[in-house]
Amino acid sequence: MSNVIIDKLDIQLSGVDIISQLDLDVRSGEFLVLLGPSGCGKSTLLHSIAGLIDVHGGRLEIDGKDVTWADPKDRGIGMVFQSYALYPTMTVEKNLSFGPRVAGVPKAEIARRVERAATMLQLTELLQRKPAQLSGGQRQRVAIGRALVREAAVFLFDEPLSNLDAKLRAELRRELKQLHKQLGATMIYVTHDQVEAMTLASRIAVMKDGKIQQIDTPATVYSRPVNMFVAGFLGAPSMNFVEGRIERVDGGMHFVAPTLHVDVSAYPFVNAPQHHLPAVLGVRPEHIALSPQSGPHAGSATISLVEPMGSNQIVWLGGEGMSLAVEADAQFAPMLDRRIDFAIDAAQVSLFDLPSRQRL
Amino acid sequence: MSHSPTRRSRVTPARLGLYALLLSSAAFFLLPLYVMLATSLKPMEEIRLGQLFTLPLHVTIEPWIQAWASACTGLECRGIQVGFWNSVKIVVPSTIASIFFGALNGYALSFWRVRWAGRLFGVLMFGAFVPYQVMMYPLVRALASVNLFGTLTGIVLIHTVFGMPVMTLLFRNYYAGVPSELFKAARIDGGGFWRIFFQLMLPMSLPIIAVAVIMQMTNIWNDFLLGLVFAGRENLPMTVQLNNVINTTTGERLYNVNMAATVLTSLLPLAVYLISGRWFVRGITAGAVKG
Repeated sequence: MSNVIIDKLDIQLSGVDIISQLDLDVRSGEFLVLLGPSGCGKSTLLHSIAGLIDVHGGRLEIDGKDVTWADPKDRGIGMVFQSYALYPTMTVEKNLSFGPRVAGVPKAEIARRVERAATMLQLTELLQRKPAQLSGGQRQRVAIGRALVREAAVFLFDEPLSNLDAKLRAELRRELKQLHKQLGATMIYVTHDQVEAMTLASRIAVMKDGKIQQIDTPATVYSRPVNMFVAGFLGAPSMNFVEGRIERVDGGMHFVAPTLHVDVSAYPFVNAPQHHLPAVLGVRPEHIALSPQSGPHAGSATISLVEPMGSNQIVWLGGEGMSLAVEADAQFAPMLDRRIDFAIDAAQVSLFDLPSRQRL
Repeated sequence: MSHSPTRRSRVTPARLGLYALLLSSAAFFLLPLYVMLATSLKPMEEIRLGQLFTLPLHVTIEPWIQAWASACTGLECRGIQVGFWNSVKIVVPSTIASIFFGALNGYALSFWRVRWAGRLFGVLMFGAFVPYQVMMYPLVRALASVNLFGTLTGIVLIHTVFGMPVMTLLFRNYYAGVPSELFKAARIDGGGFWRIFFQLMLPMSLPIIAVAVIMQMTNIWNDFLLGLVFAGRENLPMTVQLNNVINTTTGERLYNVNMAATVLTSLLPLAVYLISGRWFVRGITAGAVKG
């Protein structure tokens, strides 16, 4: 087990700043997910940790050792790529043992490690096959096994599940989580898939434009996003945003928009907002209730579209320039084009400053 | 599918026209070969009749034996076999060396961050387009100064150097199709420059190596000028020897021997194409299709 410390990292690719002055501490034994849209610099960051991209400035430390300029093989890392990157002319066994063979590990020790990895990843039957004779899921298992056999202290994953179909992806996701539990090794995982991030991570670092927007537990990142980008990136369907103003009414705080009205007196404001402050209300689909029996109504709107999901359904409310996604029970029978009342769980909303898009 | 659509009739006027064109052009290109083979199997008495296109009446393989073993190349009369073995001695090391260095160049240029890689490659490519006659005299002087002019090593070196641009281009383009993640994975596994080259890249390169072998073998075998200038008296390749056989006449011109010698000389490239033509096409297209 080892930690990774990244200190004021600068990375330039062909003269363009991809990452500048980035700090990141990855704790020992943690599963850190770097999440962001493509082009946000998350893969570049991972490749620089692996030593496959030279950094331009700053410092990189793995397990207390400065590895800023160390060779990839001397960093104590194992890496799994999106395209599997298996050696096509070698059998699974040779693929697994390539690293230790290069490092001059004794034969008996190599055999022990290969067997252990093969057992853990259910590859024992496939050891004598070539990569071309394996399915996508099996290939990715071999790629993970290759990192295992290196007995790496830090595992780096570069979108490892993106090439698999949905069912296999879910399966391998569980296996990865199980593996992390079993090994307790430090893992850094790059993905653009928010479901993978939510399900796997001990902490998520949401990235945009080469900067970490927020780094925290999945629950916190999901419920208390620091800005509108993070809020919109996590969750499917994504968070509803409604523009309006914050008004002081009778000593309380209210969010007022043309179409809805929410009492936000209990909202944990970072700084007390001014009267009439232009703001954006963010509310997740599961925190809106349709035709509430009791409590205050936030507003009413027309049902414009329904998407049944099996276990639940997404009801889209439209009208007066806004569109709200609402998660409803599967039993609920929505009437299209009918006007309906809705309520918003004020304890679960996020408020953002309109011009800066930062959390209030 | 249970019902396939009725097969279209194969014999249409367009088809007939197409086959007529293909057959006549095939006949046109095969005609010289026919004349050569027919003439080489005729005794001189038949050739003197001057009927170029008739089949031999009395088939004889005497001209072939003579061409191989006792035809005169100038003063010496040991046949074209001397040239054959010289050519083998030139082709084998030149092919291996040029492919090895071409693959190495292509690998280094594709995967390792070589300083000025683009410009180096540009210079190399420029070399491919300079007519080599221009470099002939400087090269003669250069080789002479290191005592390699007129030696087997010298001619092998020349072929290796002249093969480099095309071989580098071939392998660089092939390696450009290899995902860079494969190289990165090998780097993390601790592979160095040579280990990744020998254990990973070369075994993956078999299709393109087949193409390179065919190209280099036929090119070097067919070379005349470089062999004539650089190989020296002792190592003249088969093409040069063939020329000498044909130009050496004592009295009557032995057309049948000349023809047999010519066919013998072109036998190797012909065999290479016939045997490996399929691989050649496969290797050339391998880059275009995802594996």
